[in-house]
Amino acid sequence: MRGAKSAKWVAGAIVVALAATACGGNDKGDAAGKGEVDPNGIYSVEVGEPEKLLQPADTMESNGSIVMSGLFSQLVDYDADGKLTMVNAESVESKDSKLWTVKLKPGWTFHDGTKVTADSYVKAWNWAANINNKQGNASWFADIKGYEALHPEAEGAKPTAEALEGLKVVDENTFTIELANAVPYFAYKLGYEVFSPLPESFYKDPKAAGEKPVGNGPYKFKSWEHKKQIELTRFDDYKGENKAKNGGVILKNYSTLETAYEDLKSGNVDVLRQIGPKDLPVYRNDLGNRAVDQAYSAIQTLAIAFYADQWKTPKPVDPKVIQGLSMAIDRDTITKTVLQGTREPATGWVAKGVLGYTPNATGDITKFNPAKAKELIAAGGGVPNNEISIQFNSDGGHKEWVDAVCNSITQATGVKCTGDAKPDFQADLQARKTKQVKSIYRSGWVLDYPVNANFISDLFRTGAGGNQGGFSNPDLDAKIAAADTAASLDESVKAYQAVEKDLVNYMPSIPLWYYKVNAGFSEKVQNVKYAQDGDPILEGVEVKK
Amino acid sequence: MGRYVARRLLQMIPVFFGTTALIFFMVYSLPGDPVAGLFGDKGADPATLAALRHEHGLDLPVWQQYYNYITGILFHFDFGQQIRSGREITDVIGSAFPVTLRLAFLAFAIEIVLGLALGIVAGLKAGKLVDNLVLILTLLIISMPVFVLGFIVKSVFAFQLGWIDPNVSNKETWAELIAPSIVLGSLSLAYVARLTRTSMAENLRADYMRTAVAKGLPKRRVIGVHLMRNSMIPVVTFLGTDIGALMGGAVVTEGIFNVKGVGGLIYDSVIRREGLTVVGVVTVLVVVYLIASLLVDLLYAVMDPRIRYA
Repeated sequence: MRGAKSAKWVAGAIVVALAATACGGNDKGDAAGKGEVDPNGIYSVEVGEPEKLLQPADTMESNGSIVMSGLFSQLVDYDADGKLTMVNAESVESKDSKLWTVKLKPGWTFHDGTKVTADSYVKAWNWAANINNKQGNASWFADIKGYEALHPEAEGAKPTAEALEGLKVVDENTFTIELANAVPYFAYKLGYEVFSPLPESFYKDPKAAGEKPVGNGPYKFKSWEHKKQIELTRFDDYKGENKAKNGGVILKNYSTLETAYEDLKSGNVDVLRQIGPKDLPVYRNDLGNRAVDQAYSAIQTLAIAFYADQWKTPKPVDPKVIQGLSMAIDRDTITKTVLQGTREPATGWVAKGVLGYTPNATGDITKFNPAKAKELIAAGGGVPNNEISIQFNSDGGHKEWVDAVCNSITQATGVKCTGDAKPDFQADLQARKTKQVKSIYRSGWVLDYPVNANFISDLFRTGAGGNQGGFSNPDLDAKIAAADTAASLDESVKAYQAVEKDLVNYMPSIPLWYYKVNAGFSEKVQNVKYAQDGDPILEGVEVKK
Repeated sequence: MGRYVARRLLQMIPVFFGTTALIFFMVYSLPGDPVAGLFGDKGADPATLAALRHEHGLDLPVWQQYYNYITGILFHFDFGQQIRSGREITDVIGSAFPVTLRLAFLAFAIEIVLGLALGIVAGLKAGKLVDNLVLILTLLIISMPVFVLGFIVKSVFAFQLGWIDPNVSNKETWAELIAPSIVLGSLSLAYVARLTRTSMAENLRADYMRTAVAKGLPKRRVIGVHLMRNSMIPVVTFLGTDIGALMGGAVVTEGIFNVKGVGGLIYDSVIRREGLTVVGVVTVLVVVYLIASLLVDLLYAVMDPRIRYA
């Protein structure tokens, strides 16, 4: 789906200066000494200023979405293996993957005391999908029947309906969702923030509600000092199982990751989301078992700009050439040296922690093999002009590894390779959107929902939101369509696994490496865990006495 | 005098329009679309983009955008809204300026007190050991980039000695601001010391000094009034323009010490293509510069009666 969390890297890149990634620390969190816990203790997390108002359907970057994850609970969530769990929903069921019935757990309330009902969901989704409200994540509702009427895509168009045709309230705690087409993994999407319910008070003044959100989550909103901090306190009447194990959390703003790390060491902040490049070589030593080093569900790739003359004329590029380029990249060495162990070489297009992740899905083509690389490029007719360039944004700390990748390619195959730096992420995006990329560009993807479809359909389907390289192949589109209409989730996941194996024959992009969470926490807290999107799980943190 | 002030105030009008227009068009011509940037890697549908552009008036020709912007400021004191957060820019500036103002004020005080003291001592003892020491010290400071100095101050006083917290907290107390203000003011401090020293050393040999000494005036009066007043003119000129420079130039220092002030605001706004915020901040800074240089000009007349404004 479009407009989801990959914008996280935008914010990251701004504040951070190095390839924005996040953090993580799973089992290690447990190991860090158990102390007596103060159930009302308050701790702090390093966060940036949210870019937009705190409206669930408009929050797309990590600084806002971490706040939202505390304030709002959705119908479902997932565990670390990508399995679906129920939160506000008692059940989400469908016989044909097209008509879904949602039953809510009774007795839930919003922070203002009003009941969470089926209507709270239906009304919120209708509001969010309406083009008049210009919500950034509106396209998430595109699966639901009647979306086009409420959200026409043409410039300046007016909605011709008031509500999504596919949403029907059955009773106070039940509603049904009818999709335009069958989507076997639709229930997984419901865990995303955009599907949060909203209280009645929201509609009186959405802007004010965005400054002072009222949600249904484990924390309620206390205050927002712009560019300084946001305070959340535990919501005592929370009915969910993920009730906060602490009294509240202060989300503190830092101008750089380095300053945040200094404050962690001097005890002024408790949990970090990532460590700056300067401190990466030392943080494991500094923090000991409070250092976090964990994979999360995001991947970095080199995407091919298929619309560029180089790949298109006189004839479309042979995938063998791209396979060759892929085999010319020494991922092991680059991740270890240039990236200081903050990445893990990728062996497929689907990231870890996602349902349907297959180890080694690409076979040999992500293994470094200069001889084979040369052979493949020659067999594919060679790289046009014997020259490529890799576009990247120079404010994101990508230059170092782009140079390393280029060197690796040139040394292995003799293909000339240069970095094509854009001054910042905005300019980089602009070049991608206006189809100005000359050859290859740096790309990345963080999961929206933990199903392998998210890493394939949303990136490589013709016209998909994340498909900015103009890749298009009717065979692949047909296979994706078939996987989307599979009878069950299992079959759909399997079909997508087959598609992933098949991608080797098309090479829409070159997988580079999976992101890792490199972070840490203070001595004051324990049980700090990180979710698949790389953010710490706020409610689970325990504050020591 | 009154007419001079009035004329200077009138001069501010074209400067105000000129600078705001220039900055407006410069920010406008940066590559990258602020509305598309809202959606990051994955983009949004044309309908939403168009609706947002329309809401913020970004679909108008640039001259019309500038006209709307400037009339908003002049007639309603409305600096517009940020595209992303929807906050009023007057609010944004209002929350960022106070802390930078305090930081700049502290830096300015340190710069005047220390800079002048060093300069006077060196100037009176020109050529002696003290003079040379001051020369070396100021040379060191001038040649050192701000971020190096900031890093040294932090690692020595925060990490080695533990006297201060490494970063300014959200309370922004005066005590916390001392370290960053020393870093911020140090460069100007060195310049002030040097200017004072040179100008004093030069004026020591002036005719009026010889006359004052010959008249038998006490040394305190000779130096305090006759020498200082005349030697201060270049220093005051520098200090005047430095007020603005301190406020605008806090980008690096504020970044190092995590101060949530104007510096970070400008940086953020440029990166996020929040053109209106940049122009708003710059407009305020321009006004600060204009007022400071007006004050400097008026001070000339006080210090040297030969400089008269008709």
